[in-house]
Amino acid sequence: MKLIFEKGAPGQHLTLMPPCDVPEVTLSRPRTEPLDLPHVSETELTRHYTALSKRVHGVNDGFYPLGSCTMKYNPKINEDMAALPGFTQVHPLQPEETVQGCLEVLHESEKLLCEITGMDAMTFQPAAGAHGEFTGLLLIKAHHVHRGDTARKKIIVPDSAHGTNPASAVMAGFSVVNIPSGEDGCVDVEALRAAVGPDTAGLMLTNPNTVGIFDKNILEITRIVHDSGGLCYYDGANLNAVMGVVRPGDMGFDVIHLNLHKTFSTPHGGGGPGSGAVGCKDFLRPYLPGPVVVQDEAGYHLTRPKHSIGRVKDFCGNFTVVVKALTYILTLGREGIPEAAKNAVLNANYMMKRLSEKYDMAYAGPCMHEFVMTLQDLKDETGCSAMDVAKGLLDHGIHPPTMYFPLIVHEALMVEPTETESQETMDQVCGVFLSLWDLAHSNPQALHDAPTKTPVRRLDEVGAARNPVLRYTGE
Amino acid sequence: MGTYVPNTESQKRSMLDTVGVGAVEELFASVPKEMLVDRLDLPEGMSELSVRQAVTAMARKNRVYDTVLRGAGAYRHFIPAVVKSITSREELVTAYTPYQAEISQGILQSIFEYQTMICTLTGMDVSNASVYDGATAAAEALAMCRDRKRNKAYVSACADPQVIETMRTYCFGSEMELALIPERDGRTDLEALKGLLAADAACVYLAQPNYYGNMEDARATGEIVHAAGAKFIMGCNPIALAVMETPAACGADVAVGEAQPLGLDAAFGGPYLGYMAATKAMFRKLPGRIVGQTHDVDGNVGYVLTLTAREQHIRREKASSNICSNQALCAFTAGVYLTAMGSEGLRQAAALSMSKAHYFAAELEKIGMPRVHTGEYFHEFVTKCDSPEKVLQALDAHGILGGLPVEGGILWCVTEAVSREELDRAVAVIEEVC
Repeated sequence: MKLIFEKGAPGQHLTLMPPCDVPEVTLSRPRTEPLDLPHVSETELTRHYTALSKRVHGVNDGFYPLGSCTMKYNPKINEDMAALPGFTQVHPLQPEETVQGCLEVLHESEKLLCEITGMDAMTFQPAAGAHGEFTGLLLIKAHHVHRGDTARKKIIVPDSAHGTNPASAVMAGFSVVNIPSGEDGCVDVEALRAAVGPDTAGLMLTNPNTVGIFDKNILEITRIVHDSGGLCYYDGANLNAVMGVVRPGDMGFDVIHLNLHKTFSTPHGGGGPGSGAVGCKDFLRPYLPGPVVVQDEAGYHLTRPKHSIGRVKDFCGNFTVVVKALTYILTLGREGIPEAAKNAVLNANYMMKRLSEKYDMAYAGPCMHEFVMTLQDLKDETGCSAMDVAKGLLDHGIHPPTMYFPLIVHEALMVEPTETESQETMDQVCGVFLSLWDLAHSNPQALHDAPTKTPVRRLDEVGAARNPVLRYTGE
Repeated sequence: MGTYVPNTESQKRSMLDTVGVGAVEELFASVPKEMLVDRLDLPEGMSELSVRQAVTAMARKNRVYDTVLRGAGAYRHFIPAVVKSITSREELVTAYTPYQAEISQGILQSIFEYQTMICTLTGMDVSNASVYDGATAAAEALAMCRDRKRNKAYVSACADPQVIETMRTYCFGSEMELALIPERDGRTDLEALKGLLAADAACVYLAQPNYYGNMEDARATGEIVHAAGAKFIMGCNPIALAVMETPAACGADVAVGEAQPLGLDAAFGGPYLGYMAATKAMFRKLPGRIVGQTHDVDGNVGYVLTLTAREQHIRREKASSNICSNQALCAFTAGVYLTAMGSEGLRQAAALSMSKAHYFAAELEKIGMPRVHTGEYFHEFVTKCDSPEKVLQALDAHGILGGLPVEGGILWCVTEAVSREELDRAVAVIEEVC
């Protein structure tokens, strides 16, 4: 498909603004280089971007079992609420008394999400999960620095963790201690015990973990870290399995981030904007990034916490994403929140059971909201890899599961159906998965060649990195 | 209670049978019993209609001004109708990060186009796929310039205070040093800068136009910075880029900025969009996603996420940044906006904003509110004002959000979205109370 720069003709344009009705002013040192933006009519513009949008697989285009990403249905009412002019047309530096509705959104969301997570305070400034990790780790750092305990320089991370965990720890000025997972995919408690010490700043963990298992030793794990003087950080990427059923705060975690764009149904926009809200226990509240919302008789106010780590972003974060999450929580309410988690777990176990008819599971069930298959034996027998099966799914209109993650499982496919998929859909999808397993045996070349029905076929990623072409140059 | 669970009780029963358990609670057997939540203290769920009423009631508690004369990091520009029409298409809204390139060409191509547009705007060689906002873009840029011997960033005191604060927070994490370059008459004091830069200087950050709307001598700054062996980062308003010297022309090594003015609503502060672009020599240090052009097995042109060896999912603790999700839909929006505007449209928006701001400043001067600073400015400026409270309240009563009170006066902003009549009305209201 042509690029927008290759369409239209010089001189084509939209008619958008009136002529200048005040004396014209120019800069004494103006731009001298050409400005090569596209030159198209409104018709051409809308056709181009409509065509692009048809070359995208969204949640409503088909099943999207992308493990650890929680691609649940994004309710339309959320979008409507976030598009209200009463939110979108508000300047972030308006006087406090004129933004009481926005502050109420933040305050209400904080209250509800603290109840769901077992935390005492929350900030919505972080824009994404990784940004939340960075923020949460800075809270841990501030806590230790403030007490004068500057020797605590190490963050413990299991080897199954998402890559953002160690990367965030380094950005926050820590060094990373990787600990191996046990055979069951859970934290090796003895390895943890050996790793903690007076230099431990904290532990980063997801629970359920990246292989979809709830770590039954969780209370012991958080106790070991606390006994060593460290704090416990909860990566909320997998909260969808347990929201309303068990709370990170009750597991012993001191600080968490949530991905509102996963668990709380806000859409992901092809890679953002998300929202990486960070919650903490009371003793970390003074360090939160400012401003935070407080309420008194006169209404809501923005204040800066006493020992704030400072801002991590402009203004109050991705505000309209928070509006969407709040709309979702209000819709589901007390019963709907745990109902979503329980059905996410039921759906995952259902698919796990059906697929285990042919596929090897990396860990025995039951799982939580997702499960990991290992296609190592299939690859050894047929030559077809996890990648080949994933590409085969594309020809059936199914978004593949997360591939090659976690790193501790060979030829991994991580499947997360979410609670918003029906039994009929899962039955149909399981049928496709099983037929691809057969195809790997009967005609492996067909899988190596997949996909064939997509707008483009397998792309040369090595070539793209070796000879980077990162913008259109007209050549 | 609202729910998005489609399965009926009998379907759930049949699924439980397949799994081989009697009740869904059995699947949570690994959760220690004492930790199970008994009852959440949340309100009962609601129907869609009730939720609509509840959330709309919150929105109504906000004031929406007819006229906005306040910027300071968030701007109400005119947004062509096609922008929202296109960017609300649900395929784009609901997709994840384009990990599966074959079914994500729309997003990948749109980012490639966005990268191209950022390159032409800034004159730089390479753009990434976006970061969270202008403040985090600036903070990430500091980290790009750091090396073993050079660990100190110098930041203009005339940059947006929120951007400076965000940079300080990132430096608290990375343990990079940050020092402010003092201000003189609303501009960065370049004489002071010459004296400050030492062998440990990693970079200098300059905002153009700066927080007060004033144009800096960016070329001279770039020369001073490079003479000291440091890197030069410019934070630029993307609409001003249509009419001002580009960061590339001023010798910038990295150009960043808040791209909210490119088709995104003020929306109480977000979502916004941080753009980042660099020279060829620096581009491998850019954080985050970058899209590259390649071809498929049949030779068709296609697009992929590329240069991923810099990124956290490959490099883990050795990654250049932790960024994963960025602001893809906002970058898409900026792309549609820039296409709709075209080169002439963007120049017109910049020229209108600047000219109207100057008209307004001249009118304010006539009624006794002259500018605080001298020299050139874009679409923001600071005027003296003895009683900002009174002025702002009077404007408020007429549906006008006045400028932002700052030390020494009021920081005003005028964009093309404000008509001459609105400016005249604002002047008349102010004249009455002054």
